[in-house]
Amino acid sequence: MSPPASPPPCPRVLRAETLRVETRRDGAAVPLVTDATFELRTGEVLALVGASGSGKSLACAALLDTLPPGTRRSAGRVSLDGVAVAPAALRGRTVASVLQAPRSAFNPLRTIADHAGETGAAAGLRRAGARAAMREALAAVGLGDDPRVPDLYPFQMSGGMLQRAMIALALLARAPFLVADEPTTDLDLVAQARILDLLAALVRDRGLGLLIVTHDMGVVARLADRTAVMAEGRIVEGGDTAALFARPDRPETRALLAAHHALSAEAS
Amino acid sequence: MTTSGSLRAARPGLGPLAVPGALAVAILLLTLLGPLAAPHDPLAVDLTARFEPSSLTHPLGTDHLGRDILSRLIAGARTTLGAVAAALALVVALGLGVGAVAGMLGGRTDAVLMRLCDVFLTVPTFVLALFLIGAFGTGLVNVIAAIALSHWAWYARIVRGLVLELKTRDYVLAARIAGAAPPTIFVEHVLTGVLPPLVALATLDIGHMALHVAGLSFLGLGVQPPTPEWGVMINEARAFFWTRPLLVVWPGLAIALAVLAFNRLGDALRDRLDPTLVAERGL
Repeated sequence: MSPPASPPPCPRVLRAETLRVETRRDGAAVPLVTDATFELRTGEVLALVGASGSGKSLACAALLDTLPPGTRRSAGRVSLDGVAVAPAALRGRTVASVLQAPRSAFNPLRTIADHAGETGAAAGLRRAGARAAMREALAAVGLGDDPRVPDLYPFQMSGGMLQRAMIALALLARAPFLVADEPTTDLDLVAQARILDLLAALVRDRGLGLLIVTHDMGVVARLADRTAVMAEGRIVEGGDTAALFARPDRPETRALLAAHHALSAEAS
Repeated sequence: MTTSGSLRAARPGLGPLAVPGALAVAILLLTLLGPLAAPHDPLAVDLTARFEPSSLTHPLGTDHLGRDILSRLIAGARTTLGAVAAALALVVALGLGVGAVAGMLGGRTDAVLMRLCDVFLTVPTFVLALFLIGAFGTGLVNVIAAIALSHWAWYARIVRGLVLELKTRDYVLAARIAGAAPPTIFVEHVLTGVLPPLVALATLDIGHMALHVAGLSFLGLGVQPPTPEWGVMINEARAFFWTRPLLVVWPGLAIALAVLAFNRLGDALRDRLDPTLVAERGL
């Protein structure tokens, strides 16, 4: 395996501006996400944090127009390197994604190789190229040692292995950006730590731009260069992660940090 | 223990599929072979040998025109079940197509297609058959058309429901996020979930549709004499019911056996393929 290319000297920028997501209740529009503006650069990790229901996952879904039924994006624009783009066109080739629950994110009737073939085809890879790219991607996430992995069905793998496989699929298209929506929530602590290490290594070695959605400030402290805090559908506070941890401005941020400190104090 | 070994051990045997499966395969084989498997020409009239009892040459005897009943039953399987196969192919194709489009696209397309289904659901098979036959004349093609037109809407609704359910799966969302096109997503991830229940349903309907074909032919609306067909045979034997009841019994028994075999097979398939039932039994 050749070492992955070094990060490009000029970072690419994915920017979401004033995203607004609405649903309809009794005929009236109810905003779920308001004025969400954030910027993701290659080689950098942006964390989107907030309590459950604060709109972080919806903001991510709005970025790629994969909102759940019943909700729609009513305002905002997405731009890549300063040029406005259609969110749907970003999927796969520009922005790869890792979902929260690895168990349900794989079709139980299809092997890992089948999934890789599909993802590769969506990214425009030829069949032979897809096979080689899959082997390379599996090696990159630490699943390269066992030659049986591509032929395994999802139910034959552990949650941690599946999450690795999903990250491998996300790497297949060599997209410059990766969106990970709570990638470690369904995993045990050991698997969590390994996945976070893996993500950090990918950002470092491949210059990926990582948007990580989480409610776990531990994950944020470990990975994120910059952090945006969401509450009630708005980004209430954002900036450099170290500064945010040192001087939290808003009560929502303080609450998340307090919960984090309480938990880590309990653990130690 | 290797992974594949433990999986093989967990796979259940043929179980309840065995008996109805064997019967259905036998019936299907007779259907495929048709007249080739018949000991006599099913159309050969021999007025000197009318109403012969069972014998070695005519195991089930002969009918009012001296035709061999066993040969007519075997040849009739092809007519009846061939018509069912044609109707079923139309129904599944139409139902799968409309249901998939409605389920995948949703919105206005879905609403329009489902109202169309509602219209077809209101028309009973026999009424539709009578209309078609009144307009285009009697014949097997019209019977097949009538059965297909009065049944496809059920399949479309079921397929749509399954598609809507499968569309919410995370792996469908994952495929969308990976940039896969809707047709690819349908074939790769939705169809795999739609087909098993659809196969079970179609198998269950074979018997039901065989009754329609035989019933319409019995009424003189479908297959016309002298073509061997089970419903036609019963109709022809009706005149001699009080003197030669066996003439009615044999084709009746053939219909009953075929319906029973395919119903049992469909039940067993549904038990095997329906994920909710499989989950309940903890397999």
